[in-house]
Amino acid sequence: MLLREVEYARPASVGDAVRLLSSNDGARALAGGQTLINVMKARAASPDVLVDLQDLDELRGIELAADGTLTIGAMVTYTDVIESAEARARPILGEVCAQIADVQVRNRGTIGGNVCSNDPTNHLPPLMVALGATMQIAGTEGDRSVPADEFFLGVYTTAAGPGELLTNISIPAGRDDGFASVPIGKDGTCIVNAAASLGGGALRVAIGCVDAVPVVVEPTSDDDETVRSAVRDARLDPPDDVHASADYRRHLAEVLAVRAVEHARTRGS
Amino acid sequence: MVDVNGAEYEREVDARRLLIHFVRDDLGLTGSHIGCDTGNCGACSMIVDGTLVKSCMMLAVQADGARIETVEGLAENGELSGLQQAFSDKHALQCGYCTPGMLMSATALLRSNPNPSEEEVRKGIQGNICRCTGYVNIVEAIKSMGEAS
Repeated sequence: MLLREVEYARPASVGDAVRLLSSNDGARALAGGQTLINVMKARAASPDVLVDLQDLDELRGIELAADGTLTIGAMVTYTDVIESAEARARPILGEVCAQIADVQVRNRGTIGGNVCSNDPTNHLPPLMVALGATMQIAGTEGDRSVPADEFFLGVYTTAAGPGELLTNISIPAGRDDGFASVPIGKDGTCIVNAAASLGGGALRVAIGCVDAVPVVVEPTSDDDETVRSAVRDARLDPPDDVHASADYRRHLAEVLAVRAVEHARTRGS
Repeated sequence: MVDVNGAEYEREVDARRLLIHFVRDDLGLTGSHIGCDTGNCGACSMIVDGTLVKSCMMLAVQADGARIETVEGLAENGELSGLQQAFSDKHALQCGYCTPGMLMSATALLRSNPNPSEEEVRKGIQGNICRCTGYVNIVEAIKSMGEAS
């Protein structure tokens, strides 16, 4: 048997899901399962209760408000984002989702899962930080909003704590965004990635895979040397592993920040 | 309760049972293969409620009430389907281990994109690993289905 014994619940509402998650210490939310099932196969984590979110249709919406704010439910899959007409208001979202793994994973994997698992090599945490997204979290005491900057707390750890559920992500209006990565193989795991956004005249770059959480850099202008210098000033201390040395990751961080900024800058043309 | 290739099955399963093990061992449909334990190879690929998935990355309970299509459902009245015949004609298999997954990925691709380009075919089978063929003939076989239509 690959997985440890586990109990299973399939709540019909967000309220029921939160009740189940908060009343069991060993309860974990099951979204698309493209991370959690693998983790359970390897027994790297063995929850006592799986709270399956698949019936929570209220978490599957993609809404575009009149002011351009895009609100995406946590159970929206990567494929949903790629195929959504509303999500095209912020094209970087579909472009990045299309780079994740493969068709099968994209059909099941969810935005909420990517963000809440907060593996340092994930694509969406740096992207959400660069875009200035806001996370809505449901808990037993009600709902709260957390800006992306404060959502990612540590490796596999986010502001959505035990007993809480990420319900949706709000992304402000904008289009001047970029993303660049060096992955292991095409569409594989990222070795270093970077997301950039030129929203509201200020440039924001978020670098992933170099620390426990995305590192934000705010270059004062968008030319290559200023961007590189801003990344150097962040004094990154990235991991050394079989895929890349710390030095190479530091180098990639500069290169990819420049590429992401260029992508953001040249999008309109 | 599941519908697999048009037949209904009702079974009790442990929550921890993976869909691939349920289909192979509980239902005896061994056409879908297990090539890794890590969700990478795609040999376990099936179509669940119209969506291509890797069944080793789903629990059987998650498929309760679903309509599942596996490789066994492709042949029509004992005759190879057009896609299967194309795989045979183009030598798109050697050991055959990845083939069920490749066929299901191709089936899903051709449903949404009946005339895919080479790049679209390669993207569509990106979740399926083959160690024998080098993929060229697999891509040719799938592409030939588009040209035929």
